[in-house]
Amino acid sequence: MSRFKKKKGSGTPAISTASLPDIVFMLLFFFMVTTVMRETTLLVENALPQASEVKKIEDKSLCSYIYVGAPVTGMQSKFGTEPRIQLNDSFKLASDIQEFVASKREATAEEKKPQLITCIKADVDAKMGLITDIKQELRKAQAYKINYATYSSVD
Amino acid sequence: MSRRSLPEINAGSMADIAFLLLIFFLVTTTMDVDTGLVRKLPAMPEDEEQIIDDSQIKAKNIYVVLVNAKDQLLVEEELMEISQLRAGAKKFLDNWGKNPSLSDNPQKAIISLQNDRGTSYEMYIKVQNELSAAYRELRDREAQKKFGLNYTELKGDRKKEIRKMFPEKISEAEPKNAGGN
Repeated sequence: MSRFKKKKGSGTPAISTASLPDIVFMLLFFFMVTTVMRETTLLVENALPQASEVKKIEDKSLCSYIYVGAPVTGMQSKFGTEPRIQLNDSFKLASDIQEFVASKREATAEEKKPQLITCIKADVDAKMGLITDIKQELRKAQAYKINYATYSSVD
Repeated sequence: MSRRSLPEINAGSMADIAFLLLIFFLVTTTMDVDTGLVRKLPAMPEDEEQIIDDSQIKAKNIYVVLVNAKDQLLVEEELMEISQLRAGAKKFLDNWGKNPSLSDNPQKAIISLQNDRGTSYEMYIKVQNELSAAYRELRDREAQKKFGLNYTELKGDRKKEIRKMFPEKISEAEPKNAGGN
């Protein structure tokens, strides 16, 4: 260390970077804790609407997600630009929803079945016609609890 | 303790490693939305008889909200802006028989919401949100008066009591296709 002592007294002393790793670790832990690995890749545009009267979903594992929106740019040549339904990892039709809900119900423990909830994550540009179709299918499948996913805003 | 001092481990690259991990998590992180409006769908009507006859409910106890394909609101047969809907719904619910054209009491009052297939989802959520807000504000007011707390802060029986006073009755009509979309 004595090698560096030559320039003594000239200029401002260097800022200590010894605490830099601590700061970085702090950020690292924050992101590690908040991160959620998305289990499905989004194939649709999904800009959610905003609402102020929101509730938090207590148990995300009881949630089955239905994504609605226009296909992303890479998919438009194949699937067009009209909003569509995405279940799991592929585009589906409204008529496939009953099967989708049933498979989720089968995979859930008996005592938790009444708490199952369907989350509709629809794009702001989607039309209600498609949403209505989904709702009708959910009624047929007797999955009555639904949740319209929205960002929470303060009004 | 050994007399020979151990050579210090160079911790200079620790920051680099931490940065590497940090960047990895920064890139992979997605703040997942887990908030939303919770609704309960009605059961499918099994036959014609099960559809509740509208005429059995007094017309003044129904607050009709229509949204057309152009995202315009028609409330009780009058055009309305979305910003007025909350106040309108509150006035209807909180009437207690004073105005003969509005509801008898909040328990009997029903908000009937009907939208077109061409209505945008954004508008639909806005309307649902305003109606929820009307109920929430009335519940909060009552809860403040009785217990000095907001509705969401109440627990158990107290919450039930307020909920019974202002039951959230938002009914959605069987879908129709009026806008021809």
